Amino acid sequence: MAFKQITSPHAHGAQSTAKVMKLVVWATIPGLIALTWHFGWGSLINVALASLTAVVSEALVLKIRNRPLGFYLGDYSAVVTAVLLGLALPPLCPWWVVVIGTVFSVVIAKQLFGGLGYNPFNPAMVGYVVLLISFPVQMTTWVTPLALLPEGVNHPDFIESLRLVFSSMAPVDGVTGATPLDSFKHTTGLTVEQIYQQNPLFSQAMLAGVGWEWVNLGFLAGGIIMLSNRLFTWHGPIAMLATLALMSLMFWDSGSSQSPGSVLMHLFSGASMMGAFFILTDPVSSTVSNRGRLIYGALIGFLVYIIRAWGNYPDAVAFAVLLANFCAPFIDNYTLPRTYGHTDRRKATERLED
Amino acid sequence: MRQTWVTPGGVHPPENKHQSLTQPIGTLPIPEKLVVPLGQHIGAPAIACVKLGDKVLKGQKIADPAGTVSAAIHAPTSGIISAIEARPIAHSSGMEALCIEITPDGKDQWIDLSGIADFEHTTPEALLSIITNAGIAGMGGAGFPTAVKLNPGFQRPIDTLIVNATECEPYITADDSLIRERAEEIIEGIRILSHILGNPSNILIGIEDNKPEAIKALEPHTLDTGINVVSFPTKYPSGGEKQLIYILTGQELPSGQIPADIGVVCVNIGTTYAIKRAVVEGEPLVSRVTTMTGEACEINRNYDVLIGTPVSHMLEHNKFNAEKCSRVIMGGPMMGFSLTSKDIPIVKTSNCILAPSVEEIPHNEPAQPCIRCGMCAEACPVSLLPQQLFWYSQAKDHERLQSHNLFDCIECGACSYVCPSNIPLVQHYRSSKSDIKKAEEENIKSAQARERFEFRQQRMEQAEKEREAKRAARREAALEAKKTASPNSAADIIAAAQARTAAKQMSPEQEQAKLQRAVSSAEMRVQKAQDKLDAAVASEESDEKLKILSAALSGAQQKLEKAKVRLAEQSN
Repeated sequence: MAFKQITSPHAHGAQSTAKVMKLVVWATIPGLIALTWHFGWGSLINVALASLTAVVSEALVLKIRNRPLGFYLGDYSAVVTAVLLGLALPPLCPWWVVVIGTVFSVVIAKQLFGGLGYNPFNPAMVGYVVLLISFPVQMTTWVTPLALLPEGVNHPDFIESLRLVFSSMAPVDGVTGATPLDSFKHTTGLTVEQIYQQNPLFSQAMLAGVGWEWVNLGFLAGGIIMLSNRLFTWHGPIAMLATLALMSLMFWDSGSSQSPGSVLMHLFSGASMMGAFFILTDPVSSTVSNRGRLIYGALIGFLVYIIRAWGNYPDAVAFAVLLANFCAPFIDNYTLPRTYGHTDRRKATERLED
Repeated sequence: MRQTWVTPGGVHPPENKHQSLTQPIGTLPIPEKLVVPLGQHIGAPAIACVKLGDKVLKGQKIADPAGTVSAAIHAPTSGIISAIEARPIAHSSGMEALCIEITPDGKDQWIDLSGIADFEHTTPEALLSIITNAGIAGMGGAGFPTAVKLNPGFQRPIDTLIVNATECEPYITADDSLIRERAEEIIEGIRILSHILGNPSNILIGIEDNKPEAIKALEPHTLDTGINVVSFPTKYPSGGEKQLIYILTGQELPSGQIPADIGVVCVNIGTTYAIKRAVVEGEPLVSRVTTMTGEACEINRNYDVLIGTPVSHMLEHNKFNAEKCSRVIMGGPMMGFSLTSKDIPIVKTSNCILAPSVEEIPHNEPAQPCIRCGMCAEACPVSLLPQQLFWYSQAKDHERLQSHNLFDCIECGACSYVCPSNIPLVQHYRSSKSDIKKAEEENIKSAQARERFEFRQQRMEQAEKEREAKRAARREAALEAKKTASPNSAADIIAAAQARTAAKQMSPEQEQAKLQRAVSSAEMRVQKAQDKLDAAVASEESDEKLKILSAALSGAQQKLEKAKVRLAEQSN
C-alpha cells in the first residue's frame, strides 16, 4: 500500500489570509461608527459603494486573467482596500468619485501588478491620491461635525444622503466645512491659543478637533484590536506616531502664529491614527523586518509632518505612505535581522565571494 | 532555579502528548520479518558481515561500521538472514537502500552478553569502543554516531554536557515515557558520558516544563550527582540543538561550527539510556522506544520496538484505520516525513509513528499569495526573514538567498506552521538549498576543467615555441655551416657531432648536483603526500579518498628510493 508523500511540517496553525483580512475589516468598525456618528451616513455609503465596486472590478479582472474567482475573491483583500478607501473619502462625495477611486485602486494599483501580494504601492492610497489630484473640489469638501451644525440644521438622513451621492449634488451650505488641519493651515496671523479660542472646531474639542478626535480614537481602538491579535507588530505604527509627535514637539514654536500645531492636534487629527494602524501596516507594500518597519514608520511620520506643516496639502498620509513605499525595498536591503550564530547583521546586497 | 535564556520566535502547536501516555511502554510480538537498513545513521552505511542463509543470534553484529563516521548494526532478534537487498527505507525522499532481512526463529535468543559494572575504572577509550561496537547513533532524530561526538579531540575541551530531553515536537512521548520508567538507568548513562568526557563542570538535562512527571522521576536519581535537571517553558522548537544550547547556556553556536567548538556536547536522552545498556549490560542497540499515536490508530502508546520492525506491523497491532488516516508520518507533525509505504522499517532514529486522522491533520490547502505579513519572521527561531527567502527562492536568486542566511535555516517548520497563506515555505528552502549545493559543485567542477584546459593550452604553446626555437636554431646552424665550409668533408661532420655530444655531457659535479636536486624534490613530494593524507585522516574523509592518498604517498616514496639509488651509483 502506498501513502501520499507530503513534506513537513504537517501541522498548520489556524490563521488564514482571509481571516486576517476580515479582522482588518472588523477593526475599522470603531472608526466607522465615529465617522458615521459625527459626519452622517456618507462614510457608510462610501464604504458600501467602494466594496461593491471593488468586488465587481476584482472579479472582472480575475475573469480576464483566467483565475478562479472564488479562490481569489475569498481572500477579502479587495474588500479591505475598498473599506480603507471608503473611510478615507469625504462623506457625501459623489458616487463616481468613489467608483473611479476604487477601480483605480483595485485594477491599476493591484491587479495590473499581479494581484494580491505583488503591488508595490498601497492600493487604497494610490486610489486616494489619484482622486485628490484629479478632483480637488470634491475631495476637500468635508461635512461639518454633528456638534457644530447650526441650530435647526441636521445631517441629511440616509435616503437624502443616497440622493445627494447619486445625484452628485453638493450638500447644502452649513453642512459642509473645513477640517481641523485645513482650518489650522489656512488661519494666519493668529497664535495657536487664539485659534483654539476662536474656532469652534477646537474650542469645543477635548484633544484635537470636534468629531475628528473621536474618529482617531476609533481607529486607535481598531489598531489595538489588531495588535493584540498579532496581525502586525508595533514597530511601524509606533515609529510613525512617535516621529510625528516628536516633530510637532520640535516645531511647536511655543504656539506662535507660525506654529504648525500641537502634538495632540497632529496625533488625533486627519488620518493620523488610520494611517498608523490601517495604512502603513499594509504588509505587501511595507518593509519586512522589525528594524525596517521602525525606519519605514518613522519616515512616514516625518513626511506627514513635513507636508502638513510646510506643504500645500493639509493632510499627507497618502503621499507619505506612497513615498515610503518607494523606499521600502531599499530599506529592506539594509535592515536584515541578525541571524542566530552570526555576530553581525548582513546586507541583502552582499556579494558572494568567488 | 538555574537561569535559562529565551530564544526568539517559536510556536505553540497543540501538544497532543497525553494520548500516548495513558499506558506504560509496551512490547509488540516479533514480526514475521525484520528489515534492518545498513544506513541508519549519518555517515557511511555499514558493511554487511553476514551472508544469505546465515543463522544469527539477537545482538550479533550483522554489519561493520564503514570508517570512523559510521555505526555497527546488530541482529534485533535471532533468526536467519533471508535477504540482503535494496528496500524502501525511512527517508523523506522515499528512496530504497541496502537492507538485511531477518526471518526470526521466534526464540529471541541473545548472544552471550558481558557488561562492565565498574565503568569509572575503565578508560574513556575502552568505553568509546564499546559504544562504537554497540552501534549507538543519536536517537533524537539525526542519528549522528555517538562515539564520534563523544571524542571531540584534545583541542576541544568540553565543559558542558547537555542531555536533550526537550522533546518539543507535538505527539511524541518516547523520551518522556522512557524517563518516567527508566530514570535510574538514564542517569547511569549520563554518568558514563560524563566520565568519557572527562567530567565536564556542567551537566544539564534540558527538559520542557510540560513533562512534570518525567522531571519528578529524574530528581531522586540526580541528587548529589552534579547533574542538573533544567526545565524551561514549552515552545517549539526548543529541542533543536542550537536552540537548546542557547536556552541552557545563553551561548549561540556560531554559524558553521559544531557544539564541541564552544565546549558543549549535546546528546539525546534516549541515547544515554542506550549507552548505559551497552556499557553496563553489554547489549548493543537493537530496540528503541517509539511512540505510536494519532487518531487513525485506536491504541496510542509507546513501545519498545525492535529495530527493523515494519511500520505495518505496528499499525496492525494498534488497530489502524486506513480510511480515517490522512498520512503516516515518521517523526512528529513538524519535522517528520510522510512514509510512502507501510513496509518501511523502524530504525534507530524513529522516535514516533504518527497516523493522524484527516480531522487532526487535514489535507494541504492550496497556497495563496504571500502578503509579506511577517508572521513567519515572528515565528522563526533563528531570526531569518522567511518571507524574503521565499521570494528569492522563487526567483532562484542564490546570492540573495545566501545573504539572507538560507543555510542557517534549521527547517523546523515554524514559518510554514503560522503562514496564513498556507505556503509550504520549508519545501522551498530545502529545494533552494539543494539547488545551491548543486550549483556550487558544478562551479567547482567547471573551474577544475577550465584550469586543466588552460594548463594544457599553455603546455602546448610552450612546446610549440620550443620546437619553433629548435627549428630556427637548426636553420641558422645550417646556414652558418654552408657559409663557413661549403664543401663539407666527412671529417668535419664527425668532428662537429663529437663536439655536440661533448657539450651535452655534463661534468660529474653537475651530474651529482642534478641527482641531489632530484632527491630533495622527491623528499618534498613525499612530505606533501604525507601531509595531505594526515589532513584527510583528521577531517575523516571517505575511505576511497584515503586509499588514493596513501597510494600517492607510497608512489612518492618509491620515487625517492630510486632517486637515492641513482645518486649513490653516481657518487661511487
